[in-house]
Amino acid sequence: MLHQSTKAPGEAVAAPPPTGTVRLTINGQQRELQIAPWTTLLDALREYLDLTGTKKGCDHGQCGACTVLVNGKRINSCLTLAVMQEDAEITTIEGLGTQENLHPLQQAFIDHDAFQCGYCTPGQICSAQGLINEGKAHTEAEIRELMSGNICRCGAYTNILAAVKEVVDAKTA
Amino acid sequence: MNSFTYSRATAVEDAVREKSTHPDSAYIGGGTNLLDLMKENVERPVHLVGLNKLPLTTIEPTPDGGLRLGALATNADTAWNEEVKSRYPLLSQAILAGASPQLRNMATDGGNLMQRTRCYYFYDTATPCNKREPGSGCSAIGGYNRIHAILGASEQCIATHPSDMCIALAALEATVRVSGPNGDRTIAFEDFHRLPGNTPERDNNLEPGELITGLDLPAKGFEKNFTYLKLRDRTSYAFAVISVAAALELEGDTITDARLALGGVAHKPWRDKEAENLLKGQPATADTFRRAAAKVVEGAHGYEHNTFKIELAKRAIVRALKQAAEGTQQASDVFLNSNP
Amino acid sequence: MSNTTYIGKPTSRVDGPAKVTGAAKYSAEFNVPNMAYGWVVSSPIAKGTITKIYADEVLALPGVVQVFSHENVPSLAWFDRNYKDDVAPGGSPFRPLHDNKVKFSQQPVALVIAETLELARYASSVLRIEYEEEKHETSIEDKRDDGFEPGRGKTGWMPPPPPRGNPDKAWENATHRVEAEYVHGAQHHNPMEMFGTTVEWRGEGKITAYDKTQGVVNVQQYLTKIFGLSKDDARVVNLFMGGGFGSGLRPQYQVFLATLAALELKRSVRVTLTRQQMFSFGHRPHTLQYLKLGTNPDGTLAALQHHALHETSQFEDYTENVVNWSGMLYQCENVKLGYQLAKLDVFTPLDMRAPGAATGSFALEVAMDEMAYAAGLDPLDFRIRNYAEKDQNMDKPFSSKKLRDCYHQGAAKFGWDQRNHEPRSMQDENGMLVGWGMAGGVWDASMQKAAAKATLTADGKLLVTSAAGENGTGTYTIMTQIAAQTLGLPIEAVTFKLGDTDFPEAPVQGGSWTAASVGTAVKNVCEAVGEKLLKFAKKMDGSPLDGASMDDVEFVNGQIRLRKDPNQAVVIRDVLQASGESKIETDSSAMPNYLKQMPYSMHSHNAVFAEVKVDPDLGTVHVTRVVNAVAAGRILNTKTARSQVLGSVVWGISMAMMEETVMDHKFGRYMNHNYAEYHVPVNADIHDIDVIFVEEEDDIVNPLGVKGIGEVGLLGVAAAITNAVYHATGKRVRELPLYLDKLL
Repeated sequence: MLHQSTKAPGEAVAAPPPTGTVRLTINGQQRELQIAPWTTLLDALREYLDLTGTKKGCDHGQCGACTVLVNGKRINSCLTLAVMQEDAEITTIEGLGTQENLHPLQQAFIDHDAFQCGYCTPGQICSAQGLINEGKAHTEAEIRELMSGNICRCGAYTNILAAVKEVVDAKTA
Repeated sequence: MNSFTYSRATAVEDAVREKSTHPDSAYIGGGTNLLDLMKENVERPVHLVGLNKLPLTTIEPTPDGGLRLGALATNADTAWNEEVKSRYPLLSQAILAGASPQLRNMATDGGNLMQRTRCYYFYDTATPCNKREPGSGCSAIGGYNRIHAILGASEQCIATHPSDMCIALAALEATVRVSGPNGDRTIAFEDFHRLPGNTPERDNNLEPGELITGLDLPAKGFEKNFTYLKLRDRTSYAFAVISVAAALELEGDTITDARLALGGVAHKPWRDKEAENLLKGQPATADTFRRAAAKVVEGAHGYEHNTFKIELAKRAIVRALKQAAEGTQQASDVFLNSNP
Repeated sequence: MSNTTYIGKPTSRVDGPAKVTGAAKYSAEFNVPNMAYGWVVSSPIAKGTITKIYADEVLALPGVVQVFSHENVPSLAWFDRNYKDDVAPGGSPFRPLHDNKVKFSQQPVALVIAETLELARYASSVLRIEYEEEKHETSIEDKRDDGFEPGRGKTGWMPPPPPRGNPDKAWENATHRVEAEYVHGAQHHNPMEMFGTTVEWRGEGKITAYDKTQGVVNVQQYLTKIFGLSKDDARVVNLFMGGGFGSGLRPQYQVFLATLAALELKRSVRVTLTRQQMFSFGHRPHTLQYLKLGTNPDGTLAALQHHALHETSQFEDYTENVVNWSGMLYQCENVKLGYQLAKLDVFTPLDMRAPGAATGSFALEVAMDEMAYAAGLDPLDFRIRNYAEKDQNMDKPFSSKKLRDCYHQGAAKFGWDQRNHEPRSMQDENGMLVGWGMAGGVWDASMQKAAAKATLTADGKLLVTSAAGENGTGTYTIMTQIAAQTLGLPIEAVTFKLGDTDFPEAPVQGGSWTAASVGTAVKNVCEAVGEKLLKFAKKMDGSPLDGASMDDVEFVNGQIRLRKDPNQAVVIRDVLQASGESKIETDSSAMPNYLKQMPYSMHSHNAVFAEVKVDPDLGTVHVTRVVNAVAAGRILNTKTARSQVLGSVVWGISMAMMEETVMDHKFGRYMNHNYAEYHVPVNADIHDIDVIFVEEEDDIVNPLGVKGIGEVGLLGVAAAITNAVYHATGKRVRELPLYLDKLL
């Protein structure tokens, strides 16, 4: 006899946590949610706010697909609770540019074919914007290293490097 | 993930009080490891005390000429801090060798010390693990233990500590500042983490309810001769197979002071003072480095899949010391000469 | 050449703007109203019986809707054939929640449905399930003597050809001989997007399943057969797929579970797997290969023997072509190929990018390198000496084969002639050992039946549809290019839609056959539109095309014009307006021309050159340079095709250097079941990669002359790296991945 439940026999099942109001500022807009503390920022975006541009690739901070910018800094939205991000300025891929008005990184990703399936792409682009905000990466080697928090299983890395490098260079030119 | 409530503390005392009044609660700083483990049902706190509003993010000089890192300073802010970069580049390097830019933006310096092992069995609730469930057995012994300990392990647990930052902190002899229900105290870094012994469920020597508030770095930063050498299965975004923090003070070719700490080999950052003593007063030569390396692995014990680490540790130590002595850096590191 | 020549151009992806802005919707992103969430509970044991499920305890939680398990699943289709999908191998397909038997670790044993994602996750964590464990067998090493030859494999599998010549005697008598075992462990596809399905309840028993799959038609057939639905009742949609690599060829269990729950609860349901559960189904099988090679005094191959044994499940006989390639890549008169399976308590393996060939070519090409060294020959020279001018397996000529050009162009680009043959003879300025290795491969040029529909409207816009897939391969883009060029329309006027069972049937997205199959269907349907257009054009007052046949005209720059006098032309938009029709709509399909193809062997080839730098003390390896020269017929889009090959090289680096799912046989369970410990490359691992497309014309394979590009680029990469590591260090590693401990 073997089981994997976190509940011991005879132990009562704890009730789900109560929900409360959580206020988030996303892409410049105030959004109000009725959620319990256990909702991650990633799930808040995808499941409650229909902002599905931010992707879930592992839910454990091991792939970078969920990268968003919080106060201009890139983070993994799967490893923070929505309730922890009240008062913060959150920027998702939807806040960077639109199909009609692409952000320079989005245009560079298209020009350099820096993606295939596209699933890691919003995270790559948000990460690249974070990299540019940080201002630490200039050479190819530095960009490679500081873009290494975003896995691309299709293997578009050389094109991602080219796209990011182009925008980094344009910023510093 | 279990059911839990959340409260946000605005002062250290509030946080400590909140923690003591909620049984089975946990502090949450960056959350990068805690939420990961909660999603795996490994950690199951019923209440989280949110720390991100505490005023513990500053990095400032201490009266004795050292540097104090606020417990909630992020790993990224610490690694890129000008004082840290110029005076404690070993620490900066070690932090940048770990995790990813995103995680370093979230993870806090205090939280880095609280990281739990990457042992597969600890993470998988379908398997026995003494660290997760005391008394259930150690699956890693006799299992797939390539990433496991070769030093200081016990029959109860052969897990390793996963941090890079902590290896540098061990070498630099940092001090951990904590606040708890019984007031404030400091803990020497080497006494902070534990070996598994018969209580592998305890990673460190914090008392119940204690909160890390800061880390003090002593004045001496070994900013000239240091290396953080990290060997891993991919170039970035991977835990260390083995890492070495080496710091030397040289007068001419003679080593006047030395620090040596290893990651990926034990349940805690593995500092070897005896090996350091073998270096002090000696010429900075390959022979000297080899003697120190041999000393470090003297009591090492390999398991089915990790015996290679004994030889690898020796070679990594020799390489790290050589690089430190030459004042060159870890070859794979791309940031050393690129301060714009 | 004209403004509407698109085929062969580096056209940027037409779905690029949707992908870079987050607007592209993947399966778990259709947020339909009143949706419940399902969370899969996975078995902690590898083999045994479920004895008790305490569902009541979690059903008591407010917001938990249902717990599905074998105890309450309604009666469904009974026969195995109902569960067999298009690409199922022989045997009895796994039926989720069918009975109380556990057949593999992480088997789905229950589905918890709740009002929110978080609640479903929580409820699943407290659900108590008791099991009685039985002894399991999960080690292929223990089954070395229990291999069997599969009877019937899946579509596309060919048993190895019978031995030719006298392979044993020839090997005995060979001048130089090598023999060795080559091993790689299991690998999991791990596409970035985790498997997920949103089933929208449309009322009255009708559903739309937004499913992560490489074949919507395959999934629709699966669902209709199991749940007794009509095709109208079960629409299956996949507009974008976050990577497949083969993992989505067969319907995965979450689509079954989500559909089951939706039909039972009569409401919309989403089920998404976790990353850990991405290790609970098909994978590249753990494989043991043994090769014996021998040469004649002139350096030609005297004998070649290649035997492979890999795992399969207890319930299905998964097959892939591992050894057959070895009988056709090189000229050799004495060949013996063997292929066996062994049954283990694991899930059935599943095609993973270049299945069989990626692994077979690894073993063959490392053995070839060993043979070259044993015979004292340059590895490239040795291969050219043994170049196969025809396919000896089938005794047929190749429809086209430009592998020799791959060798020459790749070697020139790489600078192979600067190589010092001696192992451990090259170093860089930092004291790193430098190694140069090469290898190559061969892959099928396939085509399947496919259909498409085209609608040209009076505004000059063309819509083409087909139930094909887009998992990053560029389907949207190349089909748009083909359609635009065939009808001479500007690419902006053309929309290609895919991934919907309401569209004409297309095969699963695999085997590198989409470009050939769907591409030909798109070409055909556009030509059919063109014929109708011409008919209308000829009826126009004073038409300059009067009396012209299709062969007399061309469709370019938005016009139909006479080939012999391009000034004689009509504007396509005017044709439709003059005709009085609001649109031209037509269906068409494409089939391989079997009669034309019969006499030929049809394959793509590649040659890979790799440079590694190895730390002599620490054993760390960096793959610093790769040149991959590919001959795959016509390249439809040099930009997206290059990306496919770049991705293949990254896959090859991954396979060589880090990728391996580790099984703990005590638990019969994969242990590194996450993205932190199952390593795939990150950006910092990847350095210079050059892709060369060797020109290759082939009018046998299909009217477009394409051979497919998704898989061939992976062949030989792991072998070239392994050979380069030998050249750098003098150490021959025969078991992947090349972790640093193997080089200490």
